[in-house]
Amino acid sequence: MTAVTYLEAISQAMREEMRRDEAVFLLGEDVGTYGGAFKVSAGFLDEFGPERVIDTPMAENAIIGSAIGAAIMGMRPIAEMQFIDFITCGFDQLVNMASKMYWRSGIPTPMVIRGPSGGGTHGGPFHSASPEAWFFHTPGIKVVYPSTAYDAKGLLKAAIRDNNPVLYLEHKLLYRLPELREELPSQDYTVPLGKAIVRRQGEDMTILTYGAMVRECLKAAQTLEDEDDLDIEVVDLRSLVPLDRETIYNSVKHTNKVLIVYEDNLSGGVGAELSAIIAEDLFDYLDGPITRVAAPDVPFPYAPPLEAAYLPNADKILAAVRKLAAY
Amino acid sequence: MQLERENLLQIYYLMRLTRAMEDRTRNLFLQGRVVGGVYTAQGHEATTVGAAMTLRDGDFIVPQHRDLGMHLTRGGSPRAVMCQWLARGNSPTLGRDGQMHIGDMHHGIVPMISMLGESLPVACGVALTMKMRKRNTIVMASCGDGATNTGQFHEALNFASVQKLPIVFVVENNGYAYSTPTYKQFNIENLSDRAKAYGIPGVSVDGNDVLKVIETVSKAVKHVREGKGPYLVECKTFRVRGHSEADKADYVPQELREEWLKKDPLPRFEHYLEEQDILTASIKAEIEEKVKAVVDDAVRYAEQSSEPDPSTVADYVFAPDGPVAIIGEPGAQDSRYVNSLDTRTGQPFNTMAESDVFPLEGVGQR
Repeated sequence: MTAVTYLEAISQAMREEMRRDEAVFLLGEDVGTYGGAFKVSAGFLDEFGPERVIDTPMAENAIIGSAIGAAIMGMRPIAEMQFIDFITCGFDQLVNMASKMYWRSGIPTPMVIRGPSGGGTHGGPFHSASPEAWFFHTPGIKVVYPSTAYDAKGLLKAAIRDNNPVLYLEHKLLYRLPELREELPSQDYTVPLGKAIVRRQGEDMTILTYGAMVRECLKAAQTLEDEDDLDIEVVDLRSLVPLDRETIYNSVKHTNKVLIVYEDNLSGGVGAELSAIIAEDLFDYLDGPITRVAAPDVPFPYAPPLEAAYLPNADKILAAVRKLAAY
Repeated sequence: MQLERENLLQIYYLMRLTRAMEDRTRNLFLQGRVVGGVYTAQGHEATTVGAAMTLRDGDFIVPQHRDLGMHLTRGGSPRAVMCQWLARGNSPTLGRDGQMHIGDMHHGIVPMISMLGESLPVACGVALTMKMRKRNTIVMASCGDGATNTGQFHEALNFASVQKLPIVFVVENNGYAYSTPTYKQFNIENLSDRAKAYGIPGVSVDGNDVLKVIETVSKAVKHVREGKGPYLVECKTFRVRGHSEADKADYVPQELREEWLKKDPLPRFEHYLEEQDILTASIKAEIEEKVKAVVDDAVRYAEQSSEPDPSTVADYVFAPDGPVAIIGEPGAQDSRYVNSLDTRTGQPFNTMAESDVFPLEGVGQR
């Protein structure tokens, strides 16, 4: 067994599911001959042929719409957005066609939309998106965002097997990160949708986070232990829809303080909803203000100094924790 | 397609039923019994019924809001349609949605949404599945002149062409997108010319002549069924009434409307059938009686049905877990599949006509 990257874990999940179930197929721009812009589907065309690994025109409505049409026929399409930013070009197919299909017609729509997300790679305003809030806000779409290779594989398998549209966000900064390499179980496994995981147990404060920010939070937590003698609990949400309220509530009830860290713009983001539900349901348990660390409310900038200033990171998290810990 | 006397009478019956259903729906709207907007298609009956008559078992329609005629031709239930208009709890959408937004995959009908043109990429996915499963079935996807201006239309036609998908695109050009006449929408004479851009055949036909529609669409269906890729048929028709019943359509020049009213597909076909001695006075009376009985039954049924239970408002957002059948394959309606029944109700999908209220034998060749 060899340790695999986050990207290889995604690739493995798709390959194994396509071998297991002939209803599963992949479509998207450059996914076939080229193997995908990030090579996630390298070798797929040779193994599965052009009918199940479909190079599409540059047409996100056709990609997502066709995935919906196949899904309501009982197939299990995986539609790749070359960069998740381009999901806006097929936005309506997801938020009006796919998300409401079962609710209004009783017809299940088992499909996955996936694509490279997030910043930190100098992608600029159109190749760095964290689009989760739009879909988090839309009833009928599940949203997952893995932070480890194990979860990348297990969540994708669960997403493919789910009977609903699932938006699977893969952080491109994590794709080939050596420190995320890990050995994965040789047997089939899934990570259930809607289950968060406590990455680090602690007593003094809860950090709720997901995606690439999990790593930054864990780094910050280590520094806080070393330098401040603070014992921080880090909860990786993994699924944003459905949201694992139980794990969130248990952690916050235990630590009595909560910091929410996300890479998306601050206002109206997932963190806003997390803040609201904690304020509504756990007010009596809180010993300090619910605090958020996120990107400012500006578009994603290109130049490295601007990008660094824009993205949340371990230093910004440290500062926020120290302020909150003083309560 | 060879049309026997019985076929011709079926076609006439379906066209009459379509118009009568819409006339009644309009009355219900004027009486305040339809809670939302009403969109009808007086003048489209030759196009919608004629086009759908060319299909057979296993084929799909991907209809739009003016395609009641397609639904009824493919066996759609007048009761379900009326329950939908009246927002009943037992409507196909359980009161979640209105209008002709009805579908049932086991009977080859994909439910539309209000964003016109958006069903066309979905039609590609249905056709892609047929292609992958090596079936001999096809998809008929329709849209209006307005929707041909959307990116969805162009993406769908292009993708369908590249993938050689089995789709007949039926464009119902009725002269107006809401109030916007065609000359403000596009700078070509025939919307069938749009097909050239995608390397597929396209023809235009008099959409108010049901026999011409059937003849033309049949050729398209044959081409598509032979695996030669998609085909576009533009049916030139006219929307006699407004976009919705809230629209008086006073932007339509009086003489234009009068000109088209003279080409009304129903009297035209009636005249032909009378000339051929197929439609006699007694058969006509019989058909009228049946049409009235079906419409009355549908309205009565809908009015006797309950409104949705408000306590269910948060239900049905996500489909349950479980195996999903590939629609149209043997055993797909086996109850172990979560898409064999409408899992929201545990009942079969409520879109097909009950045989006891559907009066003519073999209607729609189902």
